[in-house]
Amino acid sequence: MKPRTRRLAWIVTGLAVLGVAAALVLNAFQSNLVFFFTPTQVAAHEAPQGRPFRIGGLVESGSLAREPNSLTVHFRVTDTAQTIAVSYTGLLPDLFKEGRGVVAQGTLGADGTFHASEVLAKHDENYMPPAAADAVKQAHGATVTKTLVRSGGGGQ
Amino acid sequence: MIPELGHFALILALLVAIVQSTLPLAGAALGAPRLMALARPAARVQCFMVVLAFVCLATAFAGNDFSVQNVAANSNSQLPLQYRIAATWGSHEGSLLLWTLMLGVWTCAVTLFSRHLPPAFLARVISVMGLVSVGFLLFLLLTSDPFDRLVPAAAEGRDLNPLLQDPGMVIHPPMLYMGYVGFSVAFAFAIAALLGGRLDATWARWSRPWTTVAWSFLTIGIALGSGWAYYTLGWGGWWFWDPVENASFMPWLTGTALIHSLAVTEKRGAFKSWTVLLAIVAFSLSLLGTFLVRSGVLTSVHAFATDPARGVFILTFLALVVGGSLALFAYRASKVGLGGVFGVVSRESALLANNILLIVAMATVLLGTLYPLFLDALHLNKQSVGQPYFDLVFPMVMAPLVFLMGIGPIARWSHAALPDLWTRLRWAFGVALAVALVLPFTLGRWSPWVAAALFFALWIATSSVVNLGARLAHSHRSGLLAKLAANSPSYYGMLLAHLGVAVFIVGVTLVKGYEVEQDVALQPGQNVAVGGYEFRFLGVHPGPGPNYRAVTGTVEVRRDGRLLETLHPEKRIYNASGQTMTIAAIDVGVLGDRYVSLGEPLADDNPSGPWAVRIYLKPFIDWIWGGALLMACGGLIAVTDRRYRLVVRRRSASALAGAAVAASAD
Repeated sequence: MKPRTRRLAWIVTGLAVLGVAAALVLNAFQSNLVFFFTPTQVAAHEAPQGRPFRIGGLVESGSLAREPNSLTVHFRVTDTAQTIAVSYTGLLPDLFKEGRGVVAQGTLGADGTFHASEVLAKHDENYMPPAAADAVKQAHGATVTKTLVRSGGGGQ
Repeated sequence: MIPELGHFALILALLVAIVQSTLPLAGAALGAPRLMALARPAARVQCFMVVLAFVCLATAFAGNDFSVQNVAANSNSQLPLQYRIAATWGSHEGSLLLWTLMLGVWTCAVTLFSRHLPPAFLARVISVMGLVSVGFLLFLLLTSDPFDRLVPAAAEGRDLNPLLQDPGMVIHPPMLYMGYVGFSVAFAFAIAALLGGRLDATWARWSRPWTTVAWSFLTIGIALGSGWAYYTLGWGGWWFWDPVENASFMPWLTGTALIHSLAVTEKRGAFKSWTVLLAIVAFSLSLLGTFLVRSGVLTSVHAFATDPARGVFILTFLALVVGGSLALFAYRASKVGLGGVFGVVSRESALLANNILLIVAMATVLLGTLYPLFLDALHLNKQSVGQPYFDLVFPMVMAPLVFLMGIGPIARWSHAALPDLWTRLRWAFGVALAVALVLPFTLGRWSPWVAAALFFALWIATSSVVNLGARLAHSHRSGLLAKLAANSPSYYGMLLAHLGVAVFIVGVTLVKGYEVEQDVALQPGQNVAVGGYEFRFLGVHPGPGPNYRAVTGTVEVRRDGRLLETLHPEKRIYNASGQTMTIAAIDVGVLGDRYVSLGEPLADDNPSGPWAVRIYLKPFIDWIWGGALLMACGGLIAVTDRRYRLVVRRRSASALAGAAVAASAD
C-alpha cells in the first residue's frame, strides 16, 4: 500500500467509527428521552402505557396515606383541574409535602394508578419545580379559556 | 456605611477594569510601551477594589446587617459564624462577586508570575482578562447588586438554604470558581496569541502551568460537589447527571483535552490552531456553566435566581465572548498555522484521539443537558434526558480513551511502530486481563461489565509500571534514587493523574457493581441484615442544634456479632425556614462505606414508633474522590516542573532556534 492510500484508509476507518458511534449515541438518546405529562393530559389518555414518563403538579392536600408499617405510600397529584393517583414504595424526599409541588417518574398501570419509581424534589421550599408549576398554569389556562368560551357563547 | 463602601469599591473596580481592558490593548497595537505598562498596576488596583467589596459584603454577613437585601435573604442571626461568612457566596449576587474576585486574583497572579513575558503579549493577556472583568462587574452593578439596601431593614434574616449549611459547601464554590475562572487565563493567552499572530512552543509552555492549575482546582471543586451530594442529599448517590453537575463537567472534559493538546503544542509544535480553539471552548463552557446555574433556567437546588433580565445579560455576554473570540479565531487562525506533521501511529495520534474522544464525550453531555432546555424554551415539549442515556453512552466513549492512556505515554513522538508497542506492552496487557478476569470472583459475583471496567483500570496501572520501568532502565545514572530523580516532576504528575483515573474507575465500577441499597421499616430494637452486616435500630432521641431542632437516631453496625460502629443519622428541622434536612451517618472505610439515613416516622408522626430507614453498603465509593484527588495532585506536581521557571533563559535560545528547541525537551 502506498503511504497515501494507507492514510486514506485510516481516515475512512476513523470516519466510519465516528459515524457508528454517533448513530449509537443518538439511538441511546432517543430511547432515553423521558416525556412529561400533566394530570389533565394523563386523564385524556395522551400518556403512553408501559413506557416510563414524568408527571408533575401539586400533592393534593389530605391525600397522603401510608400502608401500615410499610414503606408504600399513596397520594394524589393534581394540576387543579384533574388528579391522578400515585403509589410509591420507598423513602420520600425531605421536601415532599402535601400542597407542595412534586415531579414523579414511573409508569401508568392498567388501573389508572401511576406507579412512581422515583419522586423528585431537588428544589427548595419556596421554589416550585417549573414542570409542576407549568402543569398548574396550563390547567388554569385551559379552565379560563373554557369559561371565557362558555360565557361568550351565553352572551350570543 | 460599609455596604456603601463596598458598592463604591465595585464602581471603582469597573472604572479601573475599563482602563485595564482598553489602554494596554491599544498600547500593544500601537507599540506604545507606556500604555502597555498600565496593564500591571491597573489589574492590581482592580483586584484590590474587588477584594475590598468582597470584604465589605462578608462584614455585612458576619455582622448580621439585615438592612442589606442580600444578607436579609440569605442569612440569619442564629446561623453559626462560619456559615454566615460562607453565605457571602451562597446567594446569586454573592457568588457572582466571588467569580469576579477570583478573576481579579487570577489576573493579579498573572501580573506577579509572568515577568518574563514580552510586554506586548502580557499587555494583551491582562487586557483580555480585564474585558471579562468589565462584563462581570457590569452584570453585578446593573442586575445583581449585592449591596442593595432593604428599606425598612428586616428584623431577622430568612436564613441560608439548609442544604448549603455544610462544611463541604463552604469550600466547594470557591474551588469550582478557581477552576472556571482559571480557564480565563488560558483563554486570554489564546486570544493574545491570535491578536499578536505569534503562537509557538514557548507560548504553549507559558500557558501550560496556568491551565493545569485551573484544571486541578476544577477537579477538586467537582469532587467536593459530588461528595457533598453523597452525604447531604441522603440518597447515597454521588453523581446524578443533573444539569448543574454537567455544567461543571463540560469545562472539565474540555480542559482535560486542552492540557493534552498543549503538551503536543509545547513538545512538537503541532495542534496549534486546535489548542487555541480548545482554550476558547473551555472558557466558553465555564461561562455557559455560570449561565446555566445562575440564570435560573434549571430545576435544581443551585437555581437561586429567577430574574430573566439576568439571563438575557449573561446570554448576551456569552454570545459576545464566544462569537467574538470565534470570529477572531476564524480571521487569524491561518496566521497561527496548523503545526507539524506526524505519523499515523505516534504519540501525537494517540493524543489527537484523546482530544477527539474527550470532545465527543463533552458533546454527548452537552446534548443531554441542553436539548431539553431548547425544547422547553421553544415551548415544543417538556421532556428530560434520563440518566440511562449518560450511563450508557459516557462509558462507551471513555473506554477507548482509557485504553489509549496505556499506549499514548509509551508511544514515540512522530513515528511509532505497532509491533514494538505490542512487545513493550504485552505483559502489561496480559497481567491486567488475567487479574481483571479473576478479581470479580473474589468480590462475590462475576459480571462481564465489572471485569471489563476493572481491566481498563488495571491496564492504566500496569502500563504505567512498564512506562516507569523503561525510563529507569534507560537512565544512565546509577542507583535507583538517582534514576528516579532524573525524571521530571511533570512526568510523575502525569503518572499520578493517570493512576487517579484508574483509582476512580475502580471506585465507580465496584460501587455500581456491588452496592446494596435497602429501604426498610424498623421498630426501635429491631435488627436487619444487609449484605453480611447486621444493623440494629435503637430508636431516636430529640436534641437541639444551633439553629435547628434535630431528631437523632442510633444504629449499631455489627459483623459476626462484633460491634463495628455506632451510627447517628439525623433529621433536622431548621428554625428559620422550617425546612427538613436529612443528615446521613456514614461509617467510612477504604474498602467501602456503610451508610444509614432516616426517613420519616411511619406511625402517625409518632417518633417512638417504627421509622423508615435507608441502609446502603457502598463498596469502594471513597476511591471515586480519592481518584479525583490524585488527578488534582498530579496536576499540581506537574506544575512544579523546573522548565516552567526557566522560560526566561530559554526564551533567548528559542528565539534563535525557533520551535525546534522545544522538541529537545523530553
